[in-house]
Amino acid sequence: MILVYINSSNGISKASFETVTYGKKLGEVVVITNGNASSNSLNTLGEYGASKVLVDRSVDGEDAQQLTKLVAWAAQEIGAHTVIFSHDLTGKAVAPRLSVRWKAGLVSGAIALPDGSGAISVNVFSGKAIGKVQVQSSNKIISLLPNSIQPEKTGSPCTVNEITANIGSGKIRVISTKKPEGEIPLPEAELVVSAGRGLKGPENWGIVEDLAKSINAATACSRPVADIGWRPHHEHVGQTGVAIRPNLYIAIGISGAIQHLAGVNGSKVIVVINTDPEAPFFKAADYGVIGDAFEVVPRLTAAIKKFRAN
Amino acid sequence: MKILVCISKSPDTTSKIAFTEANTKFDENGIQYIVNPYDEWYALVRALEIKEANGGQVTIVTVGAAADEPIIRKALAIGADEAVRIDADPKDAHYTAMQIAEYVKNNPFDLILTGKETINYNGSQVGGMISEALDLPYVSIATKLDINGNILTLEREIIGGIQVVEVSLPAVISCAKGMAEQRIPNMRGIMAARTKPLQIISPIAIEDLTKFSSYEMPNAKSSVKLIAPENMDELVNLLHNEAKVI
Ligand SMILES: Cc1cc2nc3c(=O)[nH]c(=O)nc-3n(C[C@H](O)[C@H](O)[C@H](O)COP(=O)(O)OP(=O)(O)OC[C@H]3O[C@@H](n4cnc5c(N)ncnc54)[C@H](O)[C@@H]3O)c2cc1C
Ligand SMILES: Nc1ncnc2c1ncn2[C@@H]1O[C@H](COP(=O)(O)O)[C@@H](O)[C@H]1O
Repeated sequence: MILVYINSSNGISKASFETVTYGKKLGEVVVITNGNASSNSLNTLGEYGASKVLVDRSVDGEDAQQLTKLVAWAAQEIGAHTVIFSHDLTGKAVAPRLSVRWKAGLVSGAIALPDGSGAISVNVFSGKAIGKVQVQSSNKIISLLPNSIQPEKTGSPCTVNEITANIGSGKIRVISTKKPEGEIPLPEAELVVSAGRGLKGPENWGIVEDLAKSINAATACSRPVADIGWRPHHEHVGQTGVAIRPNLYIAIGISGAIQHLAGVNGSKVIVVINTDPEAPFFKAADYGVIGDAFEVVPRLTAAIKKFRAN
Repeated sequence: MKILVCISKSPDTTSKIAFTEANTKFDENGIQYIVNPYDEWYALVRALEIKEANGGQVTIVTVGAAADEPIIRKALAIGADEAVRIDADPKDAHYTAMQIAEYVKNNPFDLILTGKETINYNGSQVGGMISEALDLPYVSIATKLDINGNILTLEREIIGGIQVVEVSLPAVISCAKGMAEQRIPNMRGIMAARTKPLQIISPIAIEDLTKFSSYEMPNAKSSVKLIAPENMDELVNLLHNEAKVI
């Protein structure tokens, strides 16, 4: 039996469909979740292969210690041998705790299904290499890097059971949450438009945002740009920022330093726009435009709008 | 206030990565090791700031071999008071975390800080594992940490926003960008580091739960297709028909 933990407190994300799809390829899937998502949205997990969803509405999901107890309870309840998380903020906090509690090896940030020998690929050295991990314990835990597998609809809505695991209350108190409206969260974005110091100043980001809007992409930036405060810190991608692997990454006025590439080289298609033909980023690019961002980017936005209109 | 900062080594960020022994072993030839940036820039510096404001003691711990002592001295030079090295090869996150947890069981701390992740194995595992082994609360990937008496106030980046949470000590926190600014050790710090206490302790017996069986390099990109800057219709066409991403 495969147990998949999903975080449904803000609705059911694409990452949840990915983890259920992944689990389904390994065996029969039961989902454990918490919070107040409606049963009508939770039952859609059945379409991706879940046979049943268990939801404990008394757990708010902010405390990893408490969630670990919930997941351990569910694993025991259904007799799971494998537990799957998304490698997001919650997964990164709960999966390691469960590893200790359950004495089960954790494959952290899996990018593929187990191969013939049972080894699972993960990115190591910030994406400069791939490591194959063997789990040596009989129970296994996998946290799946978002955007590593395509969600597949294979079934129909499933039953949703309300449960109470009686795990007590958490020790972490949420004081406030500041949430900008309408932005696409970077780690989940399929299309990303990113810019660096080549843009010269924060006042020039309009052309970047227009391009992003034209294809419904999230925006990102290089580290110096976040450091000088031209852009918010959460947009900083790279080895010391967020690691992303969107379908399309458009890099504008970014030189392509090794630490930047480390966070984006998992992108399926990379487009680089840079005035300098020697910019290292061109070596990592699929498509390159040697030219001035201030001319090229508005032209690209216009071309996309024209294409979309047809 | 007793603070423990968990320090690991990682290859310098510009290192060229290669493997030996039929791709089963990381090739350390020519690799310069540094203190893992998250541990040094954020966890350690924030611990020192707390100590400077409130008093207390900052201890660093690393699970590693004698060859890792330069990174310990570096962390002492930045300002940690004392160091502990658990003399073992940290092959697996569970093994590493259980060693540190055992040390803390015998030597309690008010606050335990780790980095968000190591930049070589990028597991983001050790902090969570320590917290479970000690049955302590864990706030991961915190970008701001303030302390008032016995209460920690933390910020963390949640999907598309920022959350402020509170938790009582003792607790385990993993630290990310935003928490502090990198400090460059000065000459006095470097001199002082030579004589600060470094305790070496033997590991306990713990099984490894995972093992890296082999490595491979990601598929190299075929060479870049250049598009004339005047011809953005062509780029849109390629992204739609060839790459199929828009
Ligand atoms: C330990 C460590 C960790 C790091 N981690 C990260 C990280 O996580 N992420 C990260 O991004 N960096 C990181 N860095 C920094 C990294 O080494 C580079 O300094 C940084 O990525 C450079 O940012 P940039 O490309 O925006 O700026 P620059 O290197 O200044 O490049 C600007 C580029 O813009 C081009 N340009 C200029 N004008 C135009 C124009 N009009 N139109 C088009 N192009 C133009 C230039 O040709 C140039 O290629 C790290 C560094 C260290 C030491
Ligand atoms: N060998 C080690 N010794 C001490 N602390 C470590 C060690 N490995 C990892 N850590 C700590 O745990 C954090 C997360 O590491 P990881 O789980 O490997 O990504 C690091 O940022 C360090 O603070």
